[in-house]
Amino acid sequence: MKYSLWTLARNALDYHRQWQAAWRSPEPRAEYDFAVIGGGGHGLATAYYLAKEHGAGSVCVLEKGWLGGGNTARNTTIVRSNYLLPASARLYDHSVSLWQTLSAELNFNVMFSPRGLLHLAHNISDMREIARRGHSNYVNGVDAETLTPEEVRAHVPFINLRGRYPVLGALLQKRGGVARHDAVAWGFARAADSLGVDIIQNCEVNGFDIRGGKVQAVRTSRGKIKVRKRVGAVVAGHCGVVADMAGFRLPVETVPLQAFVSEPLAPVINCVVMSNTVHAYVSQSDKGELVIGGGSDPFNSYAQRGSFDQIEHVAGPIVELYPIFSRVNILRQWAGIVDITPDRSPLLSATPVRNLFINCGWGTGGFKATPGSGHAFAATLAKGEPNELCAPFSLDRFVTGDLVDEAAAAAVAH
Amino acid sequence: MLLIECPHCGGRAQTEFAYFGEAHIVRPEEPGALSDAEWAEYLFLRKNPKGVHCERWMHAHGCRRFFNVMRDTVSGEIFGSYPIGGEKPKVARGKKTTAKTETKTANAKTEGGRE
Repeated sequence: MKYSLWTLARNALDYHRQWQAAWRSPEPRAEYDFAVIGGGGHGLATAYYLAKEHGAGSVCVLEKGWLGGGNTARNTTIVRSNYLLPASARLYDHSVSLWQTLSAELNFNVMFSPRGLLHLAHNISDMREIARRGHSNYVNGVDAETLTPEEVRAHVPFINLRGRYPVLGALLQKRGGVARHDAVAWGFARAADSLGVDIIQNCEVNGFDIRGGKVQAVRTSRGKIKVRKRVGAVVAGHCGVVADMAGFRLPVETVPLQAFVSEPLAPVINCVVMSNTVHAYVSQSDKGELVIGGGSDPFNSYAQRGSFDQIEHVAGPIVELYPIFSRVNILRQWAGIVDITPDRSPLLSATPVRNLFINCGWGTGGFKATPGSGHAFAATLAKGEPNELCAPFSLDRFVTGDLVDEAAAAAVAH
Repeated sequence: MLLIECPHCGGRAQTEFAYFGEAHIVRPEEPGALSDAEWAEYLFLRKNPKGVHCERWMHAHGCRRFFNVMRDTVSGEIFGSYPIGGEKPKVARGKKTTAKTETKTANAKTEGGRE
């Protein structure tokens, strides 16, 4: 059913008792052409674009829990593309351009709000960094503007420009913003389902049947599923575990990344403000909560909870930069577990196992890439070789040395 | 927050310590003799287990000495600290289910020159 003003009015006459479920919950079939492991935003987007743009035959999404219950629901929903290097700028900017029309594309309001995104500079080296990155963005066709402290104040009138962390300037990406995380998973799920993709929840992958170096089937908690063409593992936080089942290793380490939200407030901040140096970023959700995030825990962990000292580490600078937030109560706190690669760029790659491809290692910034990653990875799966956006993010870059070293440009201190 | 036992100073809060990743990685004797893939393995590949992990910590705000800790990466339980070159503590089997199942995989993946 297409959502529209007409269907809304018609269902209103029925007191909204006739709405159908947004997607089916089918039993897994014995065989599919393509299997996507992981029902988060990236996995669902991959399945959607596989079905829509590549006429991919039968596609299933295997999710061990519920849709979007992993990192899709455990982030700060920030969307931007002002990365330093050409390969990343291409990939993330492709994603931003898809975000712009995603609600219409999916017939589901993902509440993408390009409200502008500021990166603050607090010292001379930050100023050099934003100048360098701003120029790089310009060359790569990504919008970027540098702002003076007064212009920062025009965006955020209550910011403390001369405190312990003086604000010397900022880099603005106007096309950046936020989106509604749940809606992204639900929108892709509904759109993929309507194209015939089987979304199978509560179906944990336990292993692979590999013969002659080629993946034949996926073993799951709901039985064995044969795969005629290819398997895409789109797993956040557990990609090393999945690789282990397939008998190879990935250059990732897994850490928790925390964020928290405040009680709902009247509208107070109308853009996203990030600060690399003090590991703190803040935006306001449409419900009015301040969404606050920071750095990741300093040690490996698969626990979906972070350390208390990290909360203090983030809250301190937030209060220093925005003194009016000092009496705000924090309501909820969460952590997503993220797979971090040595060069802080994702893995969109073939693997030593033929017909098994991976889309993982997004580290601390995967949400923004959801549509672009799904789009590029679907093309890769359909063809059986990395497409031009994915090619720089292959696994063998760690052997050849052709790294996409974004650590210096990432918005959050890692 | 973790409570970490420094072998030299005793139990202290985790914020006093700095983390240095997986323990027992030995720098190859002759890096020039390695293939690119072997060098990449030394540089970039880590066990990253979901379960028992042997890792290096340094008491940054204390004695500033390095030592190893054996910790469960799911429950956060610490099975013990041991000095560099010392013997690994025993995992208390059966105490935690995650620890019990994951030790097997951790051991199975142990490689010759690494431990």
